[in-house]
Amino acid sequence: MKKTTILAAALAAFAGMASAQDYPTQPINIVVPFAAGGPTDTVTRLVAQAMSRDLGQQVVVENVGGAGGTLGAARVAQAQADGYTLLLHHIGMSTAPTLYRQLPFDVLNDFSYIGLVTEVPMVFVGRPDLELNTLEEVIDWVREEGENVMYANAGIGAASHLCGLLFMNAVDQQMTTIPYQGTAPAVTDLMGGQVDFLCDQTTNTTNQIRDGSIKPFAVTVPERLDSLPDVPTTAEAGLGDFEITIWHGLYAPAGTPDDVVAKLSAALQTALQDETVIERFADLGTAPSPQDDATPEALRAKLEAEIELWRPLIEDAGVYAN
Amino acid sequence: MDIFSNIALGLNTALSFTNLLYCFLGVFLGTLVGVIPGIGVLSAISMLFPITFYLEPTTALIMLAGIWYGTSYGGNTASILLNIPGTPANAVTCLDGYPMARQGRGGVALLMTTVASFVGGSIGILLLMLFGPVIARYALSFGSAEYFALMVMGLVAASTISDGSALKGLAMVVLGILFGCVGADIYTGTPRFNFGTLELTDQISLIALAMGIFGVSEVIASVRNVHVGDIDPESVRFKAMKPSKDDVKRSIFPMLRGSSIGSFFGTLPGTGPSVAAFMAYAMEKRVAKDPRRFGKGAIEGIMAPESANNSADQTSFIPTLSLGIPGSPTMALMLGALMIHGIAPGPSLVNDQPALFWGLIMSFWIGNLLLVVLNVPLIGVWVRLLMIPYHLLFPAVLMFICIGTYSVNMSSFEVWLVVFFGFLGYLMRILDWPSAPLLLGFVLGPLMEEHFRRALLLSRGDFMTFIDRPISATVMGITVLLLAWGAWSALKERKRISGLLHEEAADDLTEGR
Repeated sequence: MKKTTILAAALAAFAGMASAQDYPTQPINIVVPFAAGGPTDTVTRLVAQAMSRDLGQQVVVENVGGAGGTLGAARVAQAQADGYTLLLHHIGMSTAPTLYRQLPFDVLNDFSYIGLVTEVPMVFVGRPDLELNTLEEVIDWVREEGENVMYANAGIGAASHLCGLLFMNAVDQQMTTIPYQGTAPAVTDLMGGQVDFLCDQTTNTTNQIRDGSIKPFAVTVPERLDSLPDVPTTAEAGLGDFEITIWHGLYAPAGTPDDVVAKLSAALQTALQDETVIERFADLGTAPSPQDDATPEALRAKLEAEIELWRPLIEDAGVYAN
Repeated sequence: MDIFSNIALGLNTALSFTNLLYCFLGVFLGTLVGVIPGIGVLSAISMLFPITFYLEPTTALIMLAGIWYGTSYGGNTASILLNIPGTPANAVTCLDGYPMARQGRGGVALLMTTVASFVGGSIGILLLMLFGPVIARYALSFGSAEYFALMVMGLVAASTISDGSALKGLAMVVLGILFGCVGADIYTGTPRFNFGTLELTDQISLIALAMGIFGVSEVIASVRNVHVGDIDPESVRFKAMKPSKDDVKRSIFPMLRGSSIGSFFGTLPGTGPSVAAFMAYAMEKRVAKDPRRFGKGAIEGIMAPESANNSADQTSFIPTLSLGIPGSPTMALMLGALMIHGIAPGPSLVNDQPALFWGLIMSFWIGNLLLVVLNVPLIGVWVRLLMIPYHLLFPAVLMFICIGTYSVNMSSFEVWLVVFFGFLGYLMRILDWPSAPLLLGFVLGPLMEEHFRRALLLSRGDFMTFIDRPISATVMGITVLLLAWGAWSALKERKRISGLLHEEAADDLTEGR
């Protein structure tokens, strides 16, 4: 038993050395900390496919779901730092240190950073029979009705939860928050008129908006989207504070050799210029991150800034995930 | 649009060589996955999901869907022959299926459940074809108050699901609800019974619980009490598969009732085939002239749930395809297969991608037919499984259960959960505590809590919301009637028995003189 451990360690060390020159020599695993078929999974698979071509090795997606993405992140934090186990996580990476009071990893010290992948915009939407037409009218109505307004989200820590916190902070008025288990039931109840508002990523809302089964009020980014050209931005509606994207980043365990990180970063940048990736991302209502952002420095800076952005908002709301 | 031209278009797509091949592959894999306990549809589809990247979206969906409804055909095989459900949706089939097999009627049971699956599937597809969008719009009017009312009705209807001590049954429902409470509360994030672990932050997985309590415990029990030859393989020869006239007569209405219940629950996101199968079984027991036959090999007890889970499988495509909203993790995977190809599902799918939509639906017909053709001859093969010595068969079953539970979240923790529930299930067996109510409590408990609290949040704490809303009020009314009927028939039964006792006593007296 002991012998095998030593042997394994020796092999791993050897693999670590070998990686300096000819990395990658075996398939690479990207852990997605959510179920297969979801938006983050789709983004990852498209990028993994493109990266496979560049790196000359299969990049395999592994879904390790559970506990708001922290189980998958914990697995990668503890994995061998040899560049064969990576993590693709979204904005949840920056909220986990505040939302989870007991977290088995340290977001800032247990990971190496590879780069930003994409920033998916969000849309603030309402039930189809609302008699409001602009975000200004929504804000007035929310201020008037206060906690009689029902805001749905996909569960504590979900992007839609964060977006709601940000909105309520921006308009300085509380609504009643109705958590759901996932986006699907929340969108269903919004379509059925059981709740008033929801704010979720374009991936989950664009089609229902186009079909008219939910009503869009604003996109939460500075510029209008090609996929929803008629929907104004929050800044146009005079709510410039209310900007949020579901940013996705690619990570490796801390201690991954610098040249491996550099190689992965370069592969990510190439993948983000791939025709299919650009096209499919557009179908999802998003675009690949610009080359300058697909770098370790940009991801680290984004993560640090976002941790500080969300900490006070979450602490003020007093809602924790464990 | 003309339905016939749609059908023609669909057939045109579904009958292309590639699609036909992948349809066959899907249903074949589905049957296999269903027969093997532990490897459920979710893990099977997750494993095959990466392949869909390389297929045409229609072909990919046809294959994944084939696995999905194919499992319900295969899932009852292990329930009937081994008393181990192939998937959680087949757990209730054990109750009467296994006794039938022990009575030498395993072949009849397997054949008839194939028929039940086909009838259930067909009714589901018909509804999907003819009324899909209408039903989807109707399903949207079900809010949390309605869901809660439905769950209450379900619990009341299902309260008689097991025989024996009512107290034990009730205790097991409560235990099931307690297990359902494990995890972070979705409204406040407060952790419940998670012992400080992240692994228990989400709910206990249904597969781990069902496979532990039904599967592993059966394996342990059979170690102690090896019953090779309990089921005579001769009984499943082709001749012995022929159902009697009585069997057929008894099966028709349970199949129709089961299909309606299944179709209904299939359209409601978040419920699905497991709940449908339970409800169908409970319903049969309610309407039966002699409920005491249940649990001892009543054919109604396998026909209703097996048609229910198949029709639910088919109608669960209604919200998925018509609204673009997945009702379960498996449906989310299917939508993911479309999204990765840049097809965004939603209400406009039928118009934007008619070949995909109708091709898929037509492939359901082809798939169901293939399944019947596939399953009837295979019955003979499955039964040979019983001739494999148990010391080889059961370790294999254990292995598959472990692989199946592990592969859903790639989590070894869930394998330990299976072990835990296996021992609990064995303990329950020894002490004669029924397991079906536990599973029912586990499935319905958390749903009830979630919807009860959400309904009250939405009504700002007003309990009248359950009565003010017409659908909820109707369902609640039916529940009250069910309760009243139950009480009344219990009272009548007691009177009848005490009457009999009186007569007997009188007879005794007469004879004594």
